Amino acid sequence: MVAFDEMTGGEGGLRAAYGELDRWLKEAPPEMLALRRSQAELFFRRIGITFAVYGDEESTERLIPFDIIPRVLTKPEWTKLEKGLRQRVTALNMFLADVYGKKECLKAGIIPPELVYRNACYQLEMVDFQVPHGIYCHIAGIDIVRVDADTFYVLEDNARTPSGVSYMMENREVMLRLFPELFATHRVAPVDNYPDQLLATLRSVAPRTASSDPTICLLTPGQYNSAFYEHSFLADKLGVELVEGSDLLVKDDVVYMRTTQGPKRVDVIYRRIDDDFIDPLVFRSDSVLGVPGIIGAYKAGNVTLANAVGTGVADDKAVYSYMPEIVKFFTGEEPILKNVPTYRCREREANAYVLDNLEKLVVKEVNGSGGYGMLVGPHASKAQIEAFRKKLTDQPEGFIAQPTLALSTCPTFVASGVAPRHVDLRPYVLSGANGISCVPGGLTRVALKEGSLVVNSSQGGGTKDTWVLDA
Amino acid sequence: MLSRTADSLYWVSRYVERAEYLARILDATTRLTNLPSAYGGAGTEWQSAVATAGCEETFAKAYGEANERNVCDFLSFNPDNPTSIRNCFALARSNARAVRTALTSEMWDALNGAWLELQRFERKRMDREEFARFLDWVKNVSLAFDGSAYRTMLRDDGYWFSRLGVNVERADNTARILDVKYHVLLPETEQVGGSLDYFQWTTMLREVSALTAYHWVYRQAVKPVLIADLLILNRRMPRSLASCYENISRFLDQIGDAYNRHGPAQRQARKTLTNLANTPIEAVLQRGLHEFIEDFITENNRLGNVIVEQYLQ
Repeated sequence: MVAFDEMTGGEGGLRAAYGELDRWLKEAPPEMLALRRSQAELFFRRIGITFAVYGDEESTERLIPFDIIPRVLTKPEWTKLEKGLRQRVTALNMFLADVYGKKECLKAGIIPPELVYRNACYQLEMVDFQVPHGIYCHIAGIDIVRVDADTFYVLEDNARTPSGVSYMMENREVMLRLFPELFATHRVAPVDNYPDQLLATLRSVAPRTASSDPTICLLTPGQYNSAFYEHSFLADKLGVELVEGSDLLVKDDVVYMRTTQGPKRVDVIYRRIDDDFIDPLVFRSDSVLGVPGIIGAYKAGNVTLANAVGTGVADDKAVYSYMPEIVKFFTGEEPILKNVPTYRCREREANAYVLDNLEKLVVKEVNGSGGYGMLVGPHASKAQIEAFRKKLTDQPEGFIAQPTLALSTCPTFVASGVAPRHVDLRPYVLSGANGISCVPGGLTRVALKEGSLVVNSSQGGGTKDTWVLDA
Repeated sequence: MLSRTADSLYWVSRYVERAEYLARILDATTRLTNLPSAYGGAGTEWQSAVATAGCEETFAKAYGEANERNVCDFLSFNPDNPTSIRNCFALARSNARAVRTALTSEMWDALNGAWLELQRFERKRMDREEFARFLDWVKNVSLAFDGSAYRTMLRDDGYWFSRLGVNVERADNTARILDVKYHVLLPETEQVGGSLDYFQWTTMLREVSALTAYHWVYRQAVKPVLIADLLILNRRMPRSLASCYENISRFLDQIGDAYNRHGPAQRQARKTLTNLANTPIEAVLQRGLHEFIEDFITENNRLGNVIVEQYLQ
C-alpha cells in the first residue's frame, strides 16, 4: 500500500504547492532545523501549552510534539474542501434538528431508528425542544484524511466539544516567529481571526431575551482536564470569563456567574463539559463539574449552550456511516466530501467480513474518541486482534470497521532527517445565526512514528502548521 | 471579575508571602542556634520556630523531637504539612494555573519557574550551606513574584486583591512572631539583661528583615519597647502591623470605589487601622502586649473572613 505524498505526489516528483518549500528545505542545514525545533519547543513550554494524558501518572502535563515543516494546501484544494465542510455541517445541524423534532429522516428510512433512539448520546431532554436559532452544532471539528491528489475523505465528525484549535493558532504563531523568511515567499492565508469568528458566532446565538450585548462565558471542567490550556487560551482570546461549574448558579431559570460585584447574568455558554456532567439534576447526579439547574434555564430559553445538548448522536460512528445519505436527504445535493467506506458490524454480513479480515481493517468503537479503544489491524498483535474478535462477537453493534487507508504523507523533520509521515486534518467549522464560517486550514496532526497511522496526541502524534496558499 | 479569580489571586499572593516568611523564620532560627550555648537559650529555638509558623499540632503528629533536621524538613519540604514551603509554592502555582489569564506572563513565569526549580531541591539531605542557599532562593522567588506583580499588573481589582493577600498574610505573620515571642519583650525580662535576650530580640528583627531598619529608625541599641514599636506601630516599616493595615485599607477603598460600594470589609479594616494609629506603644504595653496581639490576630482573621464573604464567594 503506497501512500500519496503531498510533496512529491508519490512518484519522486514535486507538486507545485511545495516548490518553494522544497527549495528552502534543500538549502536549510539540518543543524538550523534542529535549532529551530528546540526553539519552538522552548516557546511552547514557556507559554505552558500542555495537555494531560489520561491514565499516565508520571506526567500530568506534557507537550504535544510540534513539527516545524508546514503542510501546504493550494487554494483550489481548500476551496473544494471548504465547500464540502459547509455542506456537511449544514446537514449535521439539519439532522440534529430533525431527530429531536419531526423525525422525517427516520420516517423516510434514511437511517435505522434504533441507531438514534438507542444511542447513549440521544438526549430525551431535547425532544421537541426548540434550541435558540435552530443551531445545535456551533463548533464542529471534521476530521479529514487524504488518499490521493483529488480524494479527501471525512474520517469522523466531531460534533460535541472538538478540541485542538489552540494548537492551530499557536502553531502559526510559532512559525511566524521562527521562519519569517518562509512567510515572505509564501502567501499564507491567516488563521488568527478564528477567535473573532467564534465570538461573533456565540453572540449571534444569544437567547432572544438577552440584551444586545450578551454576556458569554466558557465553561471548563477545570485545570485537570486534558484541554485546560485550550480553554484558558480561548477565553483569553475571546475576552470572556473562564468559568468552572461552581462559578455559576441558577436562580429562577436564569444562569448567573458569581463575581466580586455579585451575581451577573450569563447569556451564552461555550461549554467544554460533556452532556453527562453538565447538570447533576438531569444527567449524572455524581457530577461535581456541572451546574445544578442549568438544563432548566436552557429549556426555559434563558441561556444558550454551545454546542447544544445531545449533539453526540451525530458524531456516533455508526450514524457516520449513513452520512452520505443524510447529506443528500437534507441538502438535496450530492455529498462533496466522501465517507471512508465503512462496515457496520451491526449488520450480520458486514460483521462476518470484518471478523474474517481483522488483520487488514481498522475497528473503532461507535462512540469512542481520541484514538482510545481502537484496533489498527495491520499493526496489532495477535492478542489484540483476538480481544477485538471477542468484542465483535459479543457486541457487534458497538463497532464499525474501515479499510486501513493509505493516509497521505507530508515531509516531517524526524531523528533521521526529513522523511514522509502520515497526516490528517481537522478543520473547525462555526455555525451561527449569520451563517457558517471556517478559517482556512485547520489542525494537521502527524503520526511521528514511521509507518504509524495513529495521529492522536494521546497516542504519540504531533502537529504541524497548515498553510492554505492564497494564490 | 469572577469571585473565584479574585480568590485565587488573593491566595496566590498569600502563599508566596507565607513561603518567604517560613524561609525567614528558618534562617533566623538557624542563626540563633549557631550561637555558643552560653549565649543560647533553653534549647527551645526549634520548638519556637514551629510555633511561630503556627503548626505545632501537625508537627507533633509527624515528629517526636523539635530539632534542626525535623523542623527544617517539616517547614520546607514535608508534603504532609499543608503549609510547608513546598506546598505553599505548589498551592500558589495551582491557584495561578486555574486563573492563568488573570496573571501577567511575568508573574506566571516566576511561579512556574519556581515550581520547576523546586524539584531540584526536593527533600534530599542538605548540609547547612545548601540549606542556606535554598532559603535564599525562596526569598528570591518571593521578590521576583512580588516585583513582577508590582511592575506588570494592570491597576484594577485583580491587582488590589492580589495586594490584599500579601498584606493580610504579612500582618498575620508579624503578629505570630509577636505572639510567640512577646515574653522576651516584656519589661520584667529586661532586667535579666543577659545576652540571651539580646539575641532573641535581634532574631525577631531578622525574621521580618528589620534589623538594619531598626538602627536607621531609632539610632540606638536594641530595646524591647522600640522593637515592639517598630513591629506594631511604625508605618515606615513595611512589615509592621500598622503599615500592613494602611495598605489593606487603601486597597479595599480602591476596590470599594471601583465597585461603587463600601461594605463591612472596608469598615473592619478602617477600624483596625484607627486603633493602631491612636494607641501609643506605652499604652499597648500597659494594657498587656500579649492581650493586644491576641486581639489583633482575632481582628485580622475576622477581616479575612469578611473579605471572603463580601467578594470571594
